[in-house]
Amino acid sequence: MLFHPAGVVAAGERNLIITIVIVMLLLVLPVVFGIYFVAWKYRAKEGDGRHAIPEGKHGMFREIVWWFVPLIAIGVLSMITWATAHRLDPQAAVAGADPNAKPFVVQVIALNWKWLFIYPEQGIATVNFVEFPAATPLEFDLTADAPMNAFWIPQLGTQMYAMPAMVNRLHLIANAPGEFPGTETEINGDGYAGMRFMAKAVLPDDFDAWAASVKQGTSTLNGASYAALAAPSQNYPVTFYASTSPGLYAAVVMKYMAPIVSSSTTMDMNHDSR
Amino acid sequence: MMKFIFGKLTLDALPHVWYTVGGTVTLLAMMAAAAWYFTKTKRWSWLWHEWLTSTDPKKIGIMYIIVAALMFFRGALDAAMIWSQQALASGNGGYLDPGHFQQIFTAHGDIMVFFVTMGFLFGLINLIVPLQIGARDLAFPFLNSLGFWLYLAGAALINMFFVIGGDFSAAGWLAIAPLSELQYSPGVGVDYWAWSLQISGVGTLIGGINFLVTILKMRAPGMTLGKMPLFVWTSLLSMILVVSVFPILTITIGLLSLDRILGMHFFTLIGGGNPMMYTNLIWMWGHPEVYILILPAFGIYSEVVSTFSGKKLSGYVSLVCGAIGVTLLACAVWLHHFFTMGAGADVNAFFGIMTMFIAIPTGVQFVSWLRTMFRGRIVFKTPMYWFMGFASTFTFGGIAGVMLASPGADFQLHNSLFLVAHFHTMIVGGALFGIFAGITYWFPKVTGFVLDETWGKRAFWSWLVGFFLSFVPLYILGFMGASRRLDHYPASTGWQALFITSFIGICVLALGGLFQVIQIVYSFRHRKELRDTTGDPWNGRSLEWSLPSPVPSYSFATIPEVRDRDAFWDMKERGLGPKKYEDIEMPKNTAMGIYVAGLAFVFGFAMVWQVWWLAALSLIGVIACVIIRSFDEHTEYVIPAAEVERREKARVLAVQQ
Repeated sequence: MLFHPAGVVAAGERNLIITIVIVMLLLVLPVVFGIYFVAWKYRAKEGDGRHAIPEGKHGMFREIVWWFVPLIAIGVLSMITWATAHRLDPQAAVAGADPNAKPFVVQVIALNWKWLFIYPEQGIATVNFVEFPAATPLEFDLTADAPMNAFWIPQLGTQMYAMPAMVNRLHLIANAPGEFPGTETEINGDGYAGMRFMAKAVLPDDFDAWAASVKQGTSTLNGASYAALAAPSQNYPVTFYASTSPGLYAAVVMKYMAPIVSSSTTMDMNHDSR
Repeated sequence: MMKFIFGKLTLDALPHVWYTVGGTVTLLAMMAAAAWYFTKTKRWSWLWHEWLTSTDPKKIGIMYIIVAALMFFRGALDAAMIWSQQALASGNGGYLDPGHFQQIFTAHGDIMVFFVTMGFLFGLINLIVPLQIGARDLAFPFLNSLGFWLYLAGAALINMFFVIGGDFSAAGWLAIAPLSELQYSPGVGVDYWAWSLQISGVGTLIGGINFLVTILKMRAPGMTLGKMPLFVWTSLLSMILVVSVFPILTITIGLLSLDRILGMHFFTLIGGGNPMMYTNLIWMWGHPEVYILILPAFGIYSEVVSTFSGKKLSGYVSLVCGAIGVTLLACAVWLHHFFTMGAGADVNAFFGIMTMFIAIPTGVQFVSWLRTMFRGRIVFKTPMYWFMGFASTFTFGGIAGVMLASPGADFQLHNSLFLVAHFHTMIVGGALFGIFAGITYWFPKVTGFVLDETWGKRAFWSWLVGFFLSFVPLYILGFMGASRRLDHYPASTGWQALFITSFIGICVLALGGLFQVIQIVYSFRHRKELRDTTGDPWNGRSLEWSLPSPVPSYSFATIPEVRDRDAFWDMKERGLGPKKYEDIEMPKNTAMGIYVAGLAFVFGFAMVWQVWWLAALSLIGVIACVIIRSFDEHTEYVIPAAEVERREKARVLAVQQ
């Protein structure tokens, strides 16, 4: 999937990987094949025991030269690393076709053992399935109400930890409509392997239609239904919530920041962290 | 009252599922077989006096290697279960439930790192470093025995859950918090993990201090730092890392235990705990740990390449400086284990670049080995095969490492099977191949006969082919988006064929292991033909080859005078001087290490089950034993010069016959 990137982030990461491989191969292949060649050329043969083995030449200059070769290669890679670490910084917004467009925000809560996606603009929520417009910069606000988690949609690129009591912002983009499997990568208990979800990029109009259709439903994500959802469960089916109580996401983020109080009181806190 | 006496221990803790019953029966059967053997051959006294209570590093080294080999078998069984589960579980649950599967990969990682690789390396360092520096024993012979027994106590405790408890930690080999906190891991598995590592960790730390002091203070006259063999150098640097970072591990696990036992909040989700702190702390130890494993292996390769090329090491200064560079950088890169945690781009880039810098000294080391071989006369004995295998695997693992070191690439590779393949390449292709090279290379020195070449090469080829079959699919799976530690995956991913290939790989690896066992058995049965009468079967260069094989208990009848980096080569060229015999002081045997480690084992067990009275008693016992030992002033005995002379001459006569 790395070689089927569906977004500029994933494509940038693939290109970086390929660049590193090429530079490193230039460095490593001569050494490895040099070792093979020298091993073959200077293998002990019958009857060569009489000749003395020349001792290697030593000298400060030679030693320094040998240090400079890898130093240059790694120096180049270091500059690339510095540049790409900033360009691919998950916290920096991805530029879409329209530079002034605000990113499409999805709030993500990792639960034991499922992914909850809240769409603050639309006021809907989904479980183990996320839909968003294609060719639009995305902002996933990751948090967790469970141990450490990591959120990864390989075809879109960068994975990011989703941890309780904080928000990690992950910026991605899907270049075109498509379905991309997403997964958990940080061990978090029994339901770990089942924590998979589908990320679906659609045309903006299709997204609006889909959001409207979800809104037709009846189920609501509020304190009570959230508590039921947050209870540990495995291989949770895809679920849609037609409405969400505002401030739920912020309450989840704040839950572990407060002193030790029961979760029901923190759930009522109603201020947005954004 | 029952709670006071037994803590959390109840009858439910007795084995009742197939793997705990199986594990328990296997452990008991092994003990019974050993007991039967020693009783039948009337060797209990021999075992006790010659081996268990020995303070001789040559014997402690062998005991380390035997324990590590047994643990290797255990860790390999875990690997086979992991791989077979993943080969099967495409679109179904496989044959292991998730909790059990997670316990298995947790145990696999811990056992392979702490009890196999560390055990083998401490074994080799014990066997060879004193001989290479011309020392008869270590700076602290008792501590060496104690360190070994604590290591064994840790190894016993990590297997103890089979017998009592039934559950091991399922939180991964580093027990990342908060998953390892009571809230998410309420069983005793994490406690077994914690106390096993604490006890063996103390053993490692003691060993580290001991070798550090030994190498710095006990070298033969004339052996300056700049004349030390590479294996001594890399062992020294490895021990410096042990002394620097193992206390971090002890503290980190200690804090976790405080959370779990006393309800504190260092790494918990609630109450102001900070789980990210745990990740930072454990990797501040964990990354240098990788170099603790790999540095001595680099030393072994240096010795092997130099000996079998018939040449002095080229670029000795570069090799040493490179190893020092790796040592320093090892402590400044820990954050690369979690670029995806969300640190800023500047922080990520800094740690990424520091990590890439490690490739420079490593690359220079490879060039130095290449230059050593250049214009040499390379004899391809098995150890040299392992070096060639290492050169073929480690370099490509290194490319993968540089990829992972660049945050932008790591974002896509982290926690995937690519990562798993990478660190297995480094530890199997680097450290383990080095250990195999070292064991084959120094085997005659320890036992008096060389290992059979044919079986050794068969084992090598199986390992090399099996290695690529096992791990290349994992690299590919990582690129395909497979995260690590999956107990099952949907059939739609199309991963199964690669997982099956990987499983075939482990079967070939198992064949390699089998050939190694055959190699040792075959060589033992043909030990007369394979006998090493000269003490120098490979035309060696460092001091250990100046000694007869096997080495007498006092190692050096006369402490050599070192004039050259290749001390023994220099002696061979100048001719060995006449021997003058002198009285030799050697450390006496002591059983105190066994008592202390036994009590430490009881302490660990009591802490796991929170049996406070037992923990207190055993801890007092440990302290009392150490105090008693410190008042023992008769810890050495003297072998008179005449006795040394008699033994040396008898040996020469025996060889001539």
